[in-house]
Amino acid sequence: MRRRRSVLPGFGLTLGVTLVYLSLLVLLPLAGLFLRSASLSAGEFFSAVASPRALAAYRLSFGASFAAASVNAVMGLVVAWVLVRYRFPGRGLADALVDLPFALPTAVAGITLTSLLAKTGWLGRVLEPLGIQVAYTPLGVAVALTFIGLPFVVRTLQPVLQDLDPEIEEAAASLGASRWLTFRRVLFPGLWPALVTGFALAFARAVGEYGSVVFISGNMPGRTEIAPLLIVTKLEQYDYAGATAIATTLLLISFGLLLGINALQRFGSHRLSGAGEAS
Amino acid sequence: MSTRPADWTLAAAPAPRAPASSALAEPPWLRRLLTAAALGFLGLFLVLPLVTVFAEAFSKGVGVYLDAISDPIALAAVRLTLLVAAISVPANAAFGVAAAWAIAKFEFRGKALLVTAIDLPFAVSPVVAGLIFVLLFGAQGIFGPWLREHDLKIIFAVPGIVLATTFITFPFVARELIPLMQEQGSEEEEAALSLGASGWQTFRRVTLPNISLGLLYGIVLLNARAMGEFGAVSVVSGHIRGVTNTLPLHVEILYNEYQSAAAFAAASLLALLALLTLVLKRILEWRMGRIARAA
Repeated sequence: MRRRRSVLPGFGLTLGVTLVYLSLLVLLPLAGLFLRSASLSAGEFFSAVASPRALAAYRLSFGASFAAASVNAVMGLVVAWVLVRYRFPGRGLADALVDLPFALPTAVAGITLTSLLAKTGWLGRVLEPLGIQVAYTPLGVAVALTFIGLPFVVRTLQPVLQDLDPEIEEAAASLGASRWLTFRRVLFPGLWPALVTGFALAFARAVGEYGSVVFISGNMPGRTEIAPLLIVTKLEQYDYAGATAIATTLLLISFGLLLGINALQRFGSHRLSGAGEAS
Repeated sequence: MSTRPADWTLAAAPAPRAPASSALAEPPWLRRLLTAAALGFLGLFLVLPLVTVFAEAFSKGVGVYLDAISDPIALAAVRLTLLVAAISVPANAAFGVAAAWAIAKFEFRGKALLVTAIDLPFAVSPVVAGLIFVLLFGAQGIFGPWLREHDLKIIFAVPGIVLATTFITFPFVARELIPLMQEQGSEEEEAALSLGASGWQTFRRVTLPNISLGLLYGIVLLNARAMGEFGAVSVVSGHIRGVTNTLPLHVEILYNEYQSAAAFAAASLLALLALLTLVLKRILEWRMGRIARAA
């Protein structure tokens, strides 16, 4: 395994510990899922994965995740821009608060958003007369997923915004470009890989999210039931085959997203280092 | 031509982040609009929920709040949550240090694959993480019959909760330490070894002090997730009151029983943990930033 001789000791020990721990805790249990899935007949597998109820659950999970990640992409860009570029009282506090969705347990987020947006809640009371119902609708699912995904876009964009060379902006401005043109043609091309990465991270997190959604969604099969909840429901009905089949599908999609994000990040860092060499 | 010197002084101004020229900055109305939009969004999605947790927790008065958090079942949930964190946090921290040592200090084939594999748990839905352990150790699972014969219980018992939590929080410390140790290189360790220090001494006296802030940072994030995990734990716990209920599950049960104030009282403890996490995280970031500036 070792290719370059290092004088440091402990390679065998630490790599051994890493591989054993990783295999026992992560790889073998995941392999167990695929093994179990492979033991299902094709009929069993597809009747679970492609049932109307499962298809509705995927549609909701992916649709609401896409909507939430899109809101986060737009608002995350605004938040990151304001936090990096502008100085105002409370900026440090706002910046620290961005991580709240990472730190707040999802169940707490779930019951809190539900009580805010239910008919009697502080926000629900305002929205209800306008004919907007959020709690127990697909919109509520999207709101919970927006909360969960909020830090991803901001935190991927912030370091990139910070490292942007002010000289290229100055050059664009001195050549007569308007502020909007500078943003669109000079700044945005440097930002979009990070923006897409943040979007993908928020989307991937939202697709698997459970805790914050189950309270606000109302869990009506075919209407507000997300894919992870359908897995739990099948398990509670002792339908292990169905739960396994849907979980395998979800897992494969998540792995695809992970690989895509890794590729994006590599692409983004190449672009950035390329730009750095050019300047 | 006459504007040229003015432009030069602008470019040389010591605050490049706040350019005064109108072509280099958004007009004031747009700045105000963007700031208002950003703060409005954060206020609506972050501050308002945070306030709501405490407002709901105290909505029936301080007496109900104190009763709810001193209830024996709530205390049992707190104890279980602490126990689970006390196992999964050190286990994953030790693993993270070992993995970072192997990955950052040595070159070997398959390293990129190993790094991706360590990230896997972040890509797995918490519900699926719970399910894989049910499929292994549940009554219908691969090891189910064997466990029953030996009168062992993993699923719907504490070991299952520990396993699921450890799985979910697996990458936190490794992720933090790998880039940090890669950046630091191995020169200091090599110097210590050439001066006659043993491998263990080198790790304790040279590496550990260098990575201590990053390690703490990873542990803070790991701990927050371990204590707050809901989806994975809810699949394997079985929701046995006072026995297999962690604090987040206790919140769920109370909420579903329409004991809203009590649910939010328990939730407020978790919200306090989240706030403490944010404060510690900020302090560590600040100290790490200071060290980077001094270097």
